Amino acid sequence: MNAIYSLLLVLALVVIATLGAGAAKMQTIFAYCVPGTAFIIFVVGFVCKIISWAKRPVPFRIPTTGGQQQSLDWIVQNKWDNPSTGPQTAMRMLLEVLAFRSLFRNTKVVLKHDEGKNPVVAYVSNKWLWLFALLFHYSFLIIVVRHMRLFLQPVPQVINALEFMDGILQIYAPVLYQTDMLILAGAGFLLARRLFDAKLRYISLVNDYFPLILILAIALSGMYMRYIAKVDVMAIKEVVMGLTTFHFKAPAGIDVSFYVHLFLVSTLLVYFPFSKLMHLGGVFLSPTRNMPNDTRMLHYENPWNNPAIKPHSYEAYEDEFREPMFEAGLPLEKNPEEAA
Amino acid sequence: MAKILKPDEMLRSINYTPPATGWMETPNDLSPGRFAYPAKLDKMEYLIHEIPGQFGNPRTWNPTDDDWQLPSNWKEIVVNGFRERLDKYRSLKVFMDICVRCGACADKCHFFIGGGDPKNMPVLRAELMRSIYRGEFTLAGKILGKLTGARVMEEDVLKEWFLYFYQCTECRRCSLYCPYGIDTAEVTMMARELMHLVGININWIMEPVANCTRTGNHLGIQPHAFKDIVEFMVDDIETITGKHINVPLNEKGHEVIFITPSGDVFADPGIYTFMGYLMLFDAIGLDYTLSTYASEGGNFGLFTSADTMKALNGKMYAEANRLGAKWILGGECGHMWRVINQYMDTMNGSLQGPQMQTPVSPITGTVFSNAKQTKMVHIAEFTADLIKHGKLNLDPSRNSDIIATFHDSCNPARAMGMFEEPRYVLKNVVDNFHEMPIGTIREQTFCCAGGSGLNTDEIMDIRMRGGLPRGNALSYVQQKHGVNTMTCVCAIDRATLIPLADYWAPGVKITGLHELVGNALILDGEGERTMNLRQEPLPGFEEE
Repeated sequence: MNAIYSLLLVLALVVIATLGAGAAKMQTIFAYCVPGTAFIIFVVGFVCKIISWAKRPVPFRIPTTGGQQQSLDWIVQNKWDNPSTGPQTAMRMLLEVLAFRSLFRNTKVVLKHDEGKNPVVAYVSNKWLWLFALLFHYSFLIIVVRHMRLFLQPVPQVINALEFMDGILQIYAPVLYQTDMLILAGAGFLLARRLFDAKLRYISLVNDYFPLILILAIALSGMYMRYIAKVDVMAIKEVVMGLTTFHFKAPAGIDVSFYVHLFLVSTLLVYFPFSKLMHLGGVFLSPTRNMPNDTRMLHYENPWNNPAIKPHSYEAYEDEFREPMFEAGLPLEKNPEEAA
Repeated sequence: MAKILKPDEMLRSINYTPPATGWMETPNDLSPGRFAYPAKLDKMEYLIHEIPGQFGNPRTWNPTDDDWQLPSNWKEIVVNGFRERLDKYRSLKVFMDICVRCGACADKCHFFIGGGDPKNMPVLRAELMRSIYRGEFTLAGKILGKLTGARVMEEDVLKEWFLYFYQCTECRRCSLYCPYGIDTAEVTMMARELMHLVGININWIMEPVANCTRTGNHLGIQPHAFKDIVEFMVDDIETITGKHINVPLNEKGHEVIFITPSGDVFADPGIYTFMGYLMLFDAIGLDYTLSTYASEGGNFGLFTSADTMKALNGKMYAEANRLGAKWILGGECGHMWRVINQYMDTMNGSLQGPQMQTPVSPITGTVFSNAKQTKMVHIAEFTADLIKHGKLNLDPSRNSDIIATFHDSCNPARAMGMFEEPRYVLKNVVDNFHEMPIGTIREQTFCCAGGSGLNTDEIMDIRMRGGLPRGNALSYVQQKHGVNTMTCVCAIDRATLIPLADYWAPGVKITGLHELVGNALILDGEGERTMNLRQEPLPGFEEE
């Protein structure tokens, strides 16, 4: 049901854009007002969220250690999975953010009920999630960078080069970008496992289906524009440059699919700071990953440390057990006569 | 102890397909065997007085009753406490916000693997709290409700928390696999703190906390009884080795204070590990003392609240100062070492007296610079250094009947990273050693399913289910390599792995690391050894 709600929600967005920019001729609103507002909400929302996390203290250093600690000289430390210094921790974060190192560890539990034999619980390597997640995120990144050509005049060489590489297979006209296919494969896989893995279906919310379907719809509408409607890219660049240079002019002759694509992207931008998509920022602030395992070596300050919390004192302990301790011959601060 | 299924029946009962009802609609099963008993009234009244601000609503109550006798404003207390912790802990706030429910953690929890209850998937365990976060604190959650996985705090939710946050052993295996490092232990700790505010607790944690506060150890052993136990062990060592050794108690002016979990003093097989420590200290002539006041290395405050943990932990430095010790040597314990490694100095560093110094091994001269701030060294680090420098006279053939494997305890693994030190020691004292399968050891190790205060008998079904992954890996090496001994560096393990091995891998015995060191160690002036520390015949001395 959650998946269907999400699909209907995205379809409703498509209809709104189609009717609004197409039938109702509100191109200016859909070309300038909506995306402009969405962009502001995205930036302000994103920054506010990061600040709200960052201003909260981390009372304790709680890294999850994934390898050998730094201890005796002759024992080799696993510096990337159990860092004890800042640079080592930065390396761990880099691998986490750029290569999804934790997800690479993923295993799958398999329970075999062999009649008459001893049952075995096995853990098999399961890298599909890692692979498709990586494909999805990197395709998304490359596509976003490619789109920067619409905002920049002249187009930087690096973007041209990236675009050339992305279309290096030279299939179809206009040239097919590999990332377009890969993002569909990545997002498609992520959606399919939510739908077909019973455990995942059980935990999936609208919050999980909606952004996936929305991103799929953005990719599909973009591909429709490029490969089927073959929209006028120069006209679109004029619209976009108008937006960035505040020279708004009523666009004309652009296919309605552009407005659908832009409206969906605007929705994503508005939704982003208030959703789980903030894992983009949050991964950098996770205390189990971004802290060194060094609290036996260096002092760390907890702003909430309460000096009023003290251990039950030795004096109170000896007062309670003085007699039996004396009889047992244990050393005392005060013997029973002194205490009396 | 409730009657539980046979192992093969239990295995067949595991089903990973979730129920037809959504998790918010699945009713709580509070039948006996599903929860640990609540704390006794006298313990809570004592603790409210001793450690203020942590515990509310002391009373006698029963989880099977409909009415849990909560205070009339309980909801306000919990919601306000939740809000307060969201502001005080970045971890909690970030973990509430960024989970994408990718499900990578789902089959990493031992309780899920052995039981199949979807609320034991770490992601869903955290959602039990995250749903309240959305429903009480976010605008979208307040407006859209269930559609966005939001709900408001109700009595059934609190009961659900009681069930499932006491089915988490805070082992952090899930956090290793999470792409954002979301740590369910952190979520569980917060949920437990909130429950304590309104008097929801379990006795197996609170009684040790109360005992530890008053007598210095979990078991409530009073100082004179502690001395008797130590003397008893000294006698046993004399029986085994023919040598009488001296054990200082509460003495001032020694270089080192040694603190180990009290389970080692009290329960079989921990006592053999304790004897191993005492023999080691005699062999190297360590200038040390034990303390009856700080006679507990373990800290069930970790499973209660941050301030309770701090209050209990403070005794270590307080006693080191009183006795004038320069540094602290710590025994084999799991969660104790999470506290020492990740919390101790942050909480109680200011209590360190000026006499405390960076630990230096008096035998080898090795400076433990990795402990220069806490001044506390793990005995496996200490012994590994001794062996590396050739300071111990060892005869591993005394352990030649042992085919050993090593169980990495959760906290030394994932909250410290101590893997090579105990292995090095173990391989030097036994002839035969085999690792369990790779996905079940080192940082990927599985919990004994009795950690975080859950090693109580009334939830044996839950424990044996949670013990399946460890038990099955053990059974695998038992059959493949003939492993007959599982060694560990954790006092809770030494208590919980015995029923686990009896159930899943019968015939495997559980030992501490230093029990095997004690067996292999040749003391100056000892007589011929014919038996091990358990007073069983050594290989070659079996009676015909």
